[in-house]
Amino acid sequence: MGYETKTGAARRRPALPVAHHLRWPLGFTAAAATVFLAYYYLVPGLGPDGQQFFQTWLPLTSVNEALVWVICALGLNIVVGYAGLLDLGFVAFWALGGYTAGWLMSGFFHQVNIHVFGGGLPTLPGIHFNFWFVLLIGAAFCALWGVIIGAPTLRLKSDYLALVTLGFGEIIPQVFVNGEDIGGFNLSNGTKGITPVDPISFGPVELGPFDLVWKYLIFVGIAALVMFISLRLREGRLGRAWLAIREDELAAGMMGVPLMRTKLSAYAVGAVAGGLAGVAFATHVGGVLPDRFNFSISITLLAMVVLGGMGNVWGVTLGALVLAWINSTGLPQFGNTFNESFGTDINFPSYNYLLFGGILVLMMIFRREGILPEARTKLVLREPSRTEREALGADMEESAPELDEALEAEDAEREAVAAPGTEDTEDGLGEKAGSTV
Amino acid sequence: MTTASQETPRQAADAPPKLHADNITVKFGGLVAVNDVSFTIPDRSVVSLIGPNGAGKTTFFNVLTGLYRTTSGRVVLGDKDITNLVPHRIAGLGMARTFQNIRLFGLMTAEENVKVAMHSQLRSGPFHTVVRTRRQRREELQAREFARELLDFVGIGKFADEYARSLSYGDQRRLEIARALALRPSVLLLDEPTAGMNPQESARFTDFVHRLRAEKDLSVLLIEHDMSVVMQLSDRITVLDRGEKIAEGGPDDIRNDERVIEAYLGKSGRGKSA
Repeated sequence: MGYETKTGAARRRPALPVAHHLRWPLGFTAAAATVFLAYYYLVPGLGPDGQQFFQTWLPLTSVNEALVWVICALGLNIVVGYAGLLDLGFVAFWALGGYTAGWLMSGFFHQVNIHVFGGGLPTLPGIHFNFWFVLLIGAAFCALWGVIIGAPTLRLKSDYLALVTLGFGEIIPQVFVNGEDIGGFNLSNGTKGITPVDPISFGPVELGPFDLVWKYLIFVGIAALVMFISLRLREGRLGRAWLAIREDELAAGMMGVPLMRTKLSAYAVGAVAGGLAGVAFATHVGGVLPDRFNFSISITLLAMVVLGGMGNVWGVTLGALVLAWINSTGLPQFGNTFNESFGTDINFPSYNYLLFGGILVLMMIFRREGILPEARTKLVLREPSRTEREALGADMEESAPELDEALEAEDAEREAVAAPGTEDTEDGLGEKAGSTV
Repeated sequence: MTTASQETPRQAADAPPKLHADNITVKFGGLVAVNDVSFTIPDRSVVSLIGPNGAGKTTFFNVLTGLYRTTSGRVVLGDKDITNLVPHRIAGLGMARTFQNIRLFGLMTAEENVKVAMHSQLRSGPFHTVVRTRRQRREELQAREFARELLDFVGIGKFADEYARSLSYGDQRRLEIARALALRPSVLLLDEPTAGMNPQESARFTDFVHRLRAEKDLSVLLIEHDMSVVMQLSDRITVLDRGEKIAEGGPDDIRNDERVIEAYLGKSGRGKSA
């Protein structure tokens, strides 16, 4: 996956032979590889019972779909978790990515005949770009839309911003639903959607509908890329600016962070992930259907981010995997099993939002910070800040013995300097302090 | 303390002022918060802004840093007109501030807090950050060193990896100053820096400001209620009352100004400053 192992750092931690910051990436790689090997070698070799079990409880299609959710949720995590901008309409980017794939990987625009390393016969009408190009184009297209949507909305704050994003999350899918005849131009084929979308292809090799393992590998790769980008950005100049805006927007501006540009970049980067997810999803289901892009998707994505642990890439990944699995497989299969065992006839999948709601309420009561919280988020939810505590009367000096030490050392420095009456450099002060203490 | 203030180089009389604000007026609806106030900060000086609560001191601060727009008037920093620029532009041009109620990035470490203020100086974009190019790594390393240096300068170097919200009140105030210094300011605005400090801490703070001016080559604009701090530190004092400038001058002039005594120092001030 492109994560390097640093043996030098590893040696310092004898208990676990892996450097701390590599533990999660390596864990992810190992898990992804295990799943791949299991489905590639192990499952086909199992007896009918074993195959049946995997088919019911962990079919590869639902794993792949969960990965699409992971990609999208990681994008939302940049907007909500990093920059602290509540976005209730993230499905817009998923839809935009999906339609990019629909336009560029199908016979939809049958008037033209454009092939760019695409699958299928060169005589096939329509636009047929290769999947990998479409990924790039979809990402860029969504980034552009992120900026277009963001520019007017990001001037608003918190609640207002959330409401306006909600609006855009409705507008864009609605445009696609009703886009059958925009001044005589068929933009989206209306409610019928665009089907079929070309399969993923590598030169002459095309992935058929049953090559799910390879599709899995591709989706894992995209998810890993988005994770990697999230983690790297988080540690740099831009990531710090995002966090600063999340913490205190006014102070961030006063410290030279350009608020508008920084927030827009969070939107754009998040939208890129949304676009990747959209393209991947279109190839996953082999088509683009507008009724898949409704408000509940935005809410589910938000639930994944919050449940997983806002701001923590690994938490969000886990949250997305778990919720997506419950949604697509866990709940329906549990329902089937339950109905068979007790002779009931309850439609469990129709209760999924009841279940989600219940889980969310329980989480907010018992584990507000999410399954795998970012260390800092945990802190704010579990402990009062030091100044808050001091405001309640805890003795400041007592709670900070180290402060006294520091102050004493400083006094010593000052006395040492005051005598000669010259201006010392900072280094000179430090040395003198060292000798007096 | 007196020796310290004698040591510090006073500004040369002919040096151009670091900052000047001409005829600043700020109205909020019908309320005139600041009325036609003019004011200069000479190079390498400490200037104080005092006045009773509600006199318009913080409003004036907010105008200088771009948080409020002026109704009329002009602010010039160095040789640049910064009137009504957005805050991050003004900050990038070398005006830094602290806040009356501490406003740190609570869930970021002390070092990260300081690094945020280096935003306008750092150049590495998202691509460089993701690929972690040589240039980006070197830049981050330098940022880290500078941040540690500043934290040491304000005396909280050993808390570099602590979250800002878990620092004590006094250390949070220090961190705010370190963060402001990361902008490499030519003018530093301190809004009630000794609020909540005991007399010893205030005395230490006074020394610290002397050191700051001597080592960092900057001017300080101070809003302060503690008169002993104001009188010891200031080269010049401007007094605001109900949005208007009622007096301006050196500490001794202000101490003896009838209008100031009436408006502000009144009962307690005379005793304190004597």
